[in-house]
Amino acid sequence: MDLPRVLSLQNILSLLFFLLPASALTTGIYMIFSTKPEMATQEIQPNETLTNLKAESDTLKTKLEDERAKLHDVELHQVAEKVDGLGQFIMKTRRTLKGHGNKVLCMDWCKDKRRIVSSSQDGKVIVWDAFTTNKEHAVTMPCTWVMACAYAPSGCAVACGGLDNKCSVYPLSLDKNENLAAKKKSVAMHTNYLSACSFTNSDMQILTSSGDGTCALWDVESGQLLQSFHGHAADVLCLDLAPSETGNTFVSGGCDKKANVWDMRSGQCIQSFETHESDINSVRYYPSGDAFASGSDDATCRLYDLRADREVAIYSKESIIFGASSVDFSLSGRLLFGGYNDYTINVWDVLKGTRVSILFGHENRVSTLRLSPDGTAFCSGSWDHTLRVRDRGYHLGYIPKRTTLSG
Amino acid sequence: MARDMSDIDILKMELEQLKKEVSTPREPVSKTSKDTMDWCEAASGTDLLITGVPDDKNPYKPEKGGCIIT
Repeated sequence: MDLPRVLSLQNILSLLFFLLPASALTTGIYMIFSTKPEMATQEIQPNETLTNLKAESDTLKTKLEDERAKLHDVELHQVAEKVDGLGQFIMKTRRTLKGHGNKVLCMDWCKDKRRIVSSSQDGKVIVWDAFTTNKEHAVTMPCTWVMACAYAPSGCAVACGGLDNKCSVYPLSLDKNENLAAKKKSVAMHTNYLSACSFTNSDMQILTSSGDGTCALWDVESGQLLQSFHGHAADVLCLDLAPSETGNTFVSGGCDKKANVWDMRSGQCIQSFETHESDINSVRYYPSGDAFASGSDDATCRLYDLRADREVAIYSKESIIFGASSVDFSLSGRLLFGGYNDYTINVWDVLKGTRVSILFGHENRVSTLRLSPDGTAFCSGSWDHTLRVRDRGYHLGYIPKRTTLSG
Repeated sequence: MARDMSDIDILKMELEQLKKEVSTPREPVSKTSKDTMDWCEAASGTDLLITGVPDDKNPYKPEKGGCIIT
């Protein structure tokens, strides 16, 4: 190798060290400070192959960033300057669902817009009627920390799982006395905890993500693995399916700070985004399907545009220092709701990048939140053992300009 | 599974992925942002968390003194 080329490669590497979030440096730090015992004992050996691979990887990452930067000709909030502001923003808690004995970890709405399934650290999975707050079904799982639950599109079953490394489907019976646990069907098997699950367009297939670093698509009836998705370098914490009109893709986020977009049929990772500075706890598609938002332990939420292939907005404030655990959009995508570990929900104007409201009420971390299927309300679940359903405080016309705090 | 893979395997996996991604087709942010904004504005009229819902159509109101007929 001649000297000028070596020097220029070293220059690139030093530039990377300073300018980029230093993926190589971060990988090193991640390995040293990681809490996983087997990785904490490894050191970076001056192994030739490892160094070469890393150098090649860094060069490609620079090239990728350059290609993306070429098309970064404007900021989203600049394009949105002429859009009216959202004005006075008040939301009210309409229902508080009490009954869980421990932290609520996950929830999902039924397509009928009134039923909710929620799961908790105490191993219980409860189906609620959000209008009346009645509990319609309750199941006790054989494990604690039920981190994932989902309602089937038909409304006739729920799926859940967590520390048992499995995803199980429970058909919901109309007979309240029937023991739901008896009809349980084990569908997914991972080698580590189940972090998220979601039915696809039908009751027949389930998509799961796991602490073992993979996502997988399963056939519910047979329990067969239909497709697996490899690409994350650490635990996968969340996933979201693309709105059905936009085709067979889904996005996942993980402890490797990456958000990956996957083709469900081929199992290939189509796009990958690595701008967060910590674990990505939640991902959610924009309603049009052309973008997605993420919430992370780095206290920011970000918007990634899939056609521009880059991050286009960061939703953050210096005063927000706790991680975002869960995000969801309103129906039009104008509002982004973020549940945070400081017990609040911040409501962001997606286009302008500003915070529109802070919602108080929960007495511990907000762990999960989702918009209702018809967009009239959203439900949040918290480590304070409760779920809250909130909607817009009152019917108003489109009053522009002022923004205030509300509760 | 990622936990069982060695550092080299993980790097190789990332490298393969990067090679694919460098040649992904992309559009300029000015165009895609405008499309996002237009889509959003078109849908705003039906976004009930922006416009609010009149009381008689809101299933969560009133909490007392009424019955919900479904």
